[in-house]
Amino acid sequence: MRRYLTPFLFLSPATLLILLFFFTPVVATILLSFTDLSTTTFKNPSWVGLKNYQDLLADPFLKKIFLNTVKYVALTLAFNVGMGLLLALLTSLVPERYGDPFRALWLLPRILPPVVYVFIWQGLLAEAPMGLVSDILGVSKNWLVAAPWTVVILANGFVGASFGMLIFTSAIRSISRELFYAAAVDGATTWQTIRRVVLPMLAWPILFVTAYQTLSLLTSFEYILLLTDGGPGFYTTEVWSLRAYHLALSNYFGNVEFGLGAAMAAVLVVIGVVVSLFYLKIFNFKALVTEPKIEIY
Amino acid sequence: MKRGIPVRLEGLSKRFGKVEAVKRLDLEIGAGELVAFLGPSGCGKTTTLLMIAGIYRPTTGAVYFGDRRVDHLHPRDRDVGMVFQSYALYPHLTLFENIAFPLRLKRVPDAEVKERVQKTADLLGIGHILERKPAQVSGGQQQRAALARALVKEPQVLLLDEPLSNLDAQIRLSARAEIRRLQRDLGVTAILVTHDQAEALAMADRVAVFSMGELQQYDTPEVLYHRPKNTFVAGFVGSPPMNLIEGTFTGDGFRAGELRIPIPGAPTGKGWLGVRPEHLALGEGGHPARVLVVEPLGREVLVVAEVAGVRLQVLLPEGERPEMGSEVGIVFPEPKELHFFDETGRRIGPE
Repeated sequence: MRRYLTPFLFLSPATLLILLFFFTPVVATILLSFTDLSTTTFKNPSWVGLKNYQDLLADPFLKKIFLNTVKYVALTLAFNVGMGLLLALLTSLVPERYGDPFRALWLLPRILPPVVYVFIWQGLLAEAPMGLVSDILGVSKNWLVAAPWTVVILANGFVGASFGMLIFTSAIRSISRELFYAAAVDGATTWQTIRRVVLPMLAWPILFVTAYQTLSLLTSFEYILLLTDGGPGFYTTEVWSLRAYHLALSNYFGNVEFGLGAAMAAVLVVIGVVVSLFYLKIFNFKALVTEPKIEIY
Repeated sequence: MKRGIPVRLEGLSKRFGKVEAVKRLDLEIGAGELVAFLGPSGCGKTTTLLMIAGIYRPTTGAVYFGDRRVDHLHPRDRDVGMVFQSYALYPHLTLFENIAFPLRLKRVPDAEVKERVQKTADLLGIGHILERKPAQVSGGQQQRAALARALVKEPQVLLLDEPLSNLDAQIRLSARAEIRRLQRDLGVTAILVTHDQAEALAMADRVAVFSMGELQQYDTPEVLYHRPKNTFVAGFVGSPPMNLIEGTFTGDGFRAGELRIPIPGAPTGKGWLGVRPEHLALGEGGHPARVLVVEPLGREVLVVAEVAGVRLQVLLPEGERPEMGSEVGIVFPEPKELHFFDETGRRIGPE
């Protein structure tokens, strides 16, 4: 009995937190998605079975929102990982005294409150004479309205790239110096060293960053909310999680539909779980689990 | 088949910020010769090797391969092969692709790559495990693969940076002989960096002893052992190291505190007396000494004894084994087995 009790005690704080903050919301969301809870039925909600899901499927805008989500996740992910890799390689190739401050600078938007960060973007993209972009291009436009997708992806990507940059930089730094020497003596140019030695050795970090960012992008909507709120126009940049938020917490018509929003969120949970399982499989999760370093009796 | 070329270093120095890692080094290595760079860590031997390889750019001075000045060239234009202490095999590639790497970069045709890799690998006895990754083979096999990668492009100069120090003691001895044999058969000029004086003496035609970024002595192993140029070389070459006693030469002897050793024809003035442990003996009528430590080494016994306040290491044949704490007599050898150094550590007398 004691053999099982001690490990359980060690695990219990983490287990408790996971149950409270991860598991409970998921269960609550799924339960909620089977009710018609909304502003009008707030005092007296009733079970409606799969009605919310049927309504979702019947929604004529669902396809657009789904495609928006795919577009948002795929393009931002590509920008994040690509830019992160580029930054990590470039800042690793220059001497540390230049590379380190540059990386620190690139981290600033991540530390900045999103509202401030978005405010800066809006300022940059406004019409002349306020907007810097308009001033430079000589065309006075609200660029946020003119090119909403580009702005959404760039604003997300500039913040997101710093994550990949950090992971890739530390992975590059952990490559032994002698390996770079060996490549040079073997006759490799800088580009050949990157392509044939560094990139293959970054396979795992790249996979990890891709997996992690896919999941976080699926559920992230704060920058879109602040930048365009799903607009401009009709659902131009509305993505799945933002739609769920709008339905459940911020309906245009004043009647917030918790049940319907929860159904959308529940779909996202399912997609997230499926994607995670897929990534765990290619990560070969079992191979990553090592023997414990501390024995507990 | 002699394809090695002579290597010449002229006034070579390297500065890292305020630290001068290598100080105005002049050195010539003959074609097909194996030269060892020997010294403690931080003495500049690896820095020198990396300048020869082209990884570091010298601060001043020149590197010549034959008549060709190469110090401004990228490593790939220098025709060198190099083996690293960690072997530096590419972990994501099989041994085959590791060895083939230099050839692939030169866009050698596939059939020729296959043939040359197989030939080199067979030469080193790893021809049967080429499809494995570095992590799946033993340290000795990794070391051979690294050597194969260095040799596959048939370089004129082979650079070996502590290639044996990560091997088990047993494999190390056979690897020593193996590298020496290969190097001689291929006729390639080779430079071996090591901190292990036994390895340097055993493998090299000539040994360059470094300390603090400066070349101390560059000679054959025999000369290094029998006529070290200064106290550093005397203390570094040979194991156990030479006893160095600080004192005063009196013309007919040597004095250090209470210890007086008569030496006909001794120099005069302050200095150091050097005597190798294997040249000291125990016996009647010797200088009275007390045994502090006895270390049986198998074939020999190492004794640390104190003579009139001076500690000496004495190497005895297996049979003799004094008790710890016992009183013995230490007999000094003939003057020709003694080494005299002046106050600054420079050798006095016969070169």
